[in-house]
Amino acid sequence: MQKSLVIAALLTASCAAQAVGNDADLVAIRAQIDDMKKNYEQRIAALEEKLVQAEARTAQAQPVVVETAPPQASAGANSFNPEVSLILQGKLRQMKDVPSRGITGFFPAGVEGANKRGFSADETELVLAANVDPYWRGQAIVAMADGQANIEEAWFQSLAIGHGIGLKAGRFRSGIGYLNEQHPHARDFADAPLMYQAMFGDSYSQDGVQLKWLAPTPLFVEFGGELGRGANFPGTDRNRNGAGGSALYVHVGDDLGFSNSWRVGLSWLKTRASDRTADFTDLGGATVQGAFTGDSTTWLADFVWKWAPNGNPKYQNLKFQSEYFSREEKGLLTVTDESAYRTRQSGWYAQGVYQFTPEWRAGLRYEQLDSGKRDFGANAAGLVVDSYRPKKASAMVDYSWSEFSRLRLQYAQDKSMAGITDNQWTLQYIMSLGAHGAHKF
Amino acid sequence: MRQLFTLIFLLVVAVLPAHADLRVFATVPEWGALVREIGGDKVQVYVATSALQDPHRIEARPSLLAQARQANLVVAAGAELEVGWLPLVLRDSGNAAIQPGQPGNFSAATYVSRLEVPSVLDRANGDVHAAGNPHIHLDPRNVLKVGEALTARLAELDPAQAAAYRNGFKTFSGKWQAAIVRWEKEAAPLRGVPVLVHHSSFVYLANWLGIKEVGTLEPKPGIEPTSNHLMALLSRQQTQPARMVLRTAYQQDGPSQWIAGKTGIPAVMLPYTVGGTPEAKDLFGLFDDTVQRLLKGLR
Repeated sequence: MQKSLVIAALLTASCAAQAVGNDADLVAIRAQIDDMKKNYEQRIAALEEKLVQAEARTAQAQPVVVETAPPQASAGANSFNPEVSLILQGKLRQMKDVPSRGITGFFPAGVEGANKRGFSADETELVLAANVDPYWRGQAIVAMADGQANIEEAWFQSLAIGHGIGLKAGRFRSGIGYLNEQHPHARDFADAPLMYQAMFGDSYSQDGVQLKWLAPTPLFVEFGGELGRGANFPGTDRNRNGAGGSALYVHVGDDLGFSNSWRVGLSWLKTRASDRTADFTDLGGATVQGAFTGDSTTWLADFVWKWAPNGNPKYQNLKFQSEYFSREEKGLLTVTDESAYRTRQSGWYAQGVYQFTPEWRAGLRYEQLDSGKRDFGANAAGLVVDSYRPKKASAMVDYSWSEFSRLRLQYAQDKSMAGITDNQWTLQYIMSLGAHGAHKF
Repeated sequence: MRQLFTLIFLLVVAVLPAHADLRVFATVPEWGALVREIGGDKVQVYVATSALQDPHRIEARPSLLAQARQANLVVAAGAELEVGWLPLVLRDSGNAAIQPGQPGNFSAATYVSRLEVPSVLDRANGDVHAAGNPHIHLDPRNVLKVGEALTARLAELDPAQAAAYRNGFKTFSGKWQAAIVRWEKEAAPLRGVPVLVHHSSFVYLANWLGIKEVGTLEPKPGIEPTSNHLMALLSRQQTQPARMVLRTAYQQDGPSQWIAGKTGIPAVMLPYTVGGTPEAKDLFGLFDDTVQRLLKGLR
């Protein structure tokens, strides 16, 4: 454009030059043309500079535009797909063959796969989560194993209530205790503590509603309450209206300087059981079935303390946790005849895990239960009533290539069954694919 | 029971009006410092992390939940820097105002052009961020852009003090622009200087000052340096020599000291953010000290 202007100017100028036909005029005209050329070149340069600046400005402005409409967002209908992650967990386990594994002195909660030895792909967890709309967020966790897919969790959570209130409904892991809300892949040992196995089989979840309130104080104070179906051990599924299980808890926590943080909690869980069956042994040594109907009240106290130099857990950190439970069950036990049944049992565990490099961690866990007071009423005349203190000590070391992969070796000396000392070795892997999940404190 | 409710009610009422100031929860020290520059005494700033903490690896501690619960505005770096903890803190805070998409949720990275935006998302490339490199604050021109957006956000949330925020930003912006000119002049000898870095924490700094990043000690983002990778960097030093090796205050010094010992180039610890060194007391101190430490490394 500019060039053609210059040429046009030159043409006009040369026409004028011919018309005049004078040498002196020619020199003057040439000088004029040179001036014009210079003038145009300067203007062209100025225009080009302006263009470059404008381009730079658009380049700078672009990301802001990109942010409001990210490239993926225009990709089509799948752009609203939820965050997906898949957790692969597998084990190689060596231990004694005990067909009906249980915990002596405790009503069996039925720990799934407790006697599985050798290689196993364990459970594969599929996690799907997304914001539903500005008001709700949803999450589902499906645990898949051979021939089954269990809905571990399927809930929605409030985002827009405010005032420190959190509402959750659906199937969820109860907020009682400390370890209960953690999924197996987030735990520091390959198996749940004996205390959780005795209390819930592994952990307690139910279908229902959870309401939490966080106090507006610099100190973390959280209250929670749950109402639910209460279908899982120690409750049973009952065909009735209303709630079968309820829980209340309070959590308090804070930091101590930059390097330490802690949380303590106290929880209460009440469930009802109706014909909760289990095997008992009669005085002749034969197995007989008993069914319990009644109330179960569990109290839990938990404490967690974490330390990291300057609060930077990446290179070194230490985590100590301990929980205690006490449970009272009151009701009727039917074997051949119905009679009163009342137990008060307790247990605790304490564990410490030290991460000494970004990749390596090592941990110790010690746990003990007390079969406590077991009053079988009239049934006591015909059944073996064990009194025992199950114990277990575990040591583990694990290696993480990144935040998403971990290999763990664990040794445990398990004395949870009277008369048996089981030396257990477990090699476990945990691999997380997909969305970067965040773990609770 | 009724007494308990009365007590709780009184507690809430007692707590609420005591904090008329805008309460800001900043995830990282640099943005906390910027809010202070703009908001002055009109804002109450809580900074969730320190310069000695890796902002990628923070736990959703109870104290963070308690602070987020009371915040009117969360100022985050964004670009997935805090993906491992902030979403959980926001959701469990019971605070509707600071949820993503609300005016009370501000992500700094949204307002600048980001570098290293990956074309392929695959964890085989390490802990990459889909939205690009999130360490945007080490280019002071970005600080200005974020500051402008932040001022608008503060004014939106607290209209009564809007003028104060605008004045605060105007004062800051004037001083900051003058400082940029000074830093650029001082840092002129750094142009074209090849460096090694521990993690790609200094991409924006390098881009601004024309420093040439020739390698990272981490084999992949988020994966700790391995001896094989360090050996490879060492042999590359013959053909593509770096002049210094940079790390942040929160990164381990071992790997960069090892490189320094083998090659004789200086290992330079940069404050990275406010509070990373005693000199980096505020944003100005952060850049003053960063430039000085780089120049010292060059000598």
